[in-house]
Amino acid sequence: MTKGKKVLTYGFLILVSVLSVFPLYWMVIAATNKSVDVTRGTLIVGTALFENGKKLFGSQNVARALFNSFRYSILMTLFSLFVCSLAGYGFEVFHDKAKDRVMSVVLLAMMVPFAATMIPLYQMFSKARLLNSTLGFILPTISTPFLIMMFRQSARSFPSDIMEAARLDGLTEFQIFYRMFLPTMRSTYAAAMTITFMNAWNSYLWPKVILSDANSITMPMMVANLTEGYVTDYGVLMLSVFICTMPTVIIFFFLQRSFAEGITGAIK
Amino acid sequence: MVGRLKKNRSLGQKQSRAGWIFLAPAVLLLVIMSFIPMIQALFLSFRTGLGAAMKWTGAGNYIRMFKDPIFVQALTNNFTYLLIQVPVMLVLALILASLLNKKELRFKGLFRTAIFLPCATSLVSYAVIFRSLFAIDGLVNTLLIKLGFLSTGYNFLGHPNSARVVIILALIWRWTGYNMVFYLAGLQNIEYSVYEAAKIDGASPFQTLFRITIPLLKPMILLTAIMSTNGTLQLFDESVNLTYGGPANATITMSHYIYNVSFKYVPNFGYAAAMSYVILILVAFLAYIQLKVGDKRD
Repeated sequence: MTKGKKVLTYGFLILVSVLSVFPLYWMVIAATNKSVDVTRGTLIVGTALFENGKKLFGSQNVARALFNSFRYSILMTLFSLFVCSLAGYGFEVFHDKAKDRVMSVVLLAMMVPFAATMIPLYQMFSKARLLNSTLGFILPTISTPFLIMMFRQSARSFPSDIMEAARLDGLTEFQIFYRMFLPTMRSTYAAAMTITFMNAWNSYLWPKVILSDANSITMPMMVANLTEGYVTDYGVLMLSVFICTMPTVIIFFFLQRSFAEGITGAIK
Repeated sequence: MVGRLKKNRSLGQKQSRAGWIFLAPAVLLLVIMSFIPMIQALFLSFRTGLGAAMKWTGAGNYIRMFKDPIFVQALTNNFTYLLIQVPVMLVLALILASLLNKKELRFKGLFRTAIFLPCATSLVSYAVIFRSLFAIDGLVNTLLIKLGFLSTGYNFLGHPNSARVVIILALIWRWTGYNMVFYLAGLQNIEYSVYEAAKIDGASPFQTLFRITIPLLKPMILLTAIMSTNGTLQLFDESVNLTYGGPANATITMSHYIYNVSFKYVPNFGYAAAMSYVILILVAFLAYIQLKVGDKRD
């Protein structure tokens, strides 16, 4: 690279990086400042974190919303990983003409926009008395074509002679899956876990439809509720955004590789 | 010999049956939670009214929506976001990915993490952050006033076009890194020697981009284009939390309007279902076109 090109490349990358990080930096700054200082444009860490916290926890049931979000997301992740990895494994290991045809129908489900299933789902769930329930939150997205595809892809690298040997040793098909496939595919499970947990944590439209009870709302819903009203206390609002963002940011930093594998996982 | 064949076949049958059991939970859930509701929504879209009093209206809902100024506005908005935001974002992601793929570049990991970071924020969170940044008393206005560009705060979210621009900026912020990761994954599959050979042959960076990178990344570009189109047509969180669909429904998206018609106003499930089918048809149609165009060998 020539010197001019180098300056241009690094300059551009630094600019994009700063722009990418800045809104999140500002969120942290705002969460530690009084609302008046936030609107004055302060960009340094303030001392109002405790005060903002007192206001936020005093007006909203943050603990409840956090607990709900964790409960929904963890359960969703567990069920989703189990059901989808079972299916992905099944589609690959036992594939024949009929199952391949079913697989292409499964892939079609990727194209169905959620808005088109939301109303019948709402009617179905209200009849089944699943409104405001954990099951109601997780049922529609336990089985996702994306995860099934991802596990099918990884099952392709699972050696068939190991399976043959295991069958001769008298292991049942489920035992082969549980004792041999599951432990060897740890990285695929990690990737699937990060992506599923994040999607569940961040989901908003469906929870807004079925969780109307104040005791069952999620963290993103609580943040959205805080923006309603005429006067916005930016310090308090950004503290709630901060709490809502922390779990996924932590996952992002510790499992960045898994996360990247997770979003690109189904295509290899 | 015959006995052994027979044994193999029954073993095969046993395995095939085991296979169906492995698939059953996922496939059943998809049928009950996706396909059946989708068909129910189609039936619903030909009906009007409330609860048990719903009656057949034929194509009534479909005719109504194109006379409904809010729906037409929502449809236009979705296409505005699609046509401006998706190309800008994908080109930006492609440029970033090819810069980050350069062997001699330093601090690669740092840049990648920074650009990828917005993906870790939830849609509601980033919508609220952008809403606050662009508020009348928000940071953007404060800076513009301090720098002397403005004398008083500009109501970015109070004017239709500037509000749309803020939504587009926010979308680009949130999703560029996400798409970049796909391109980086794709670029890793391209042998570095291809680039070196091109360099020796005297290819300019532009030629390298258009003759090597883009053709080899075509499957990835296609995939990201389809995903982004799909996502843009279904935008909801940003419209709800960044602009509240406003001012006066000027930035509302189709999903947001469908939500309002179903759960915010007097519920009209039939009409909402009909509108949701417009999204479904558009998603399917555009994916089909993109696959057709992408499949063409040149």
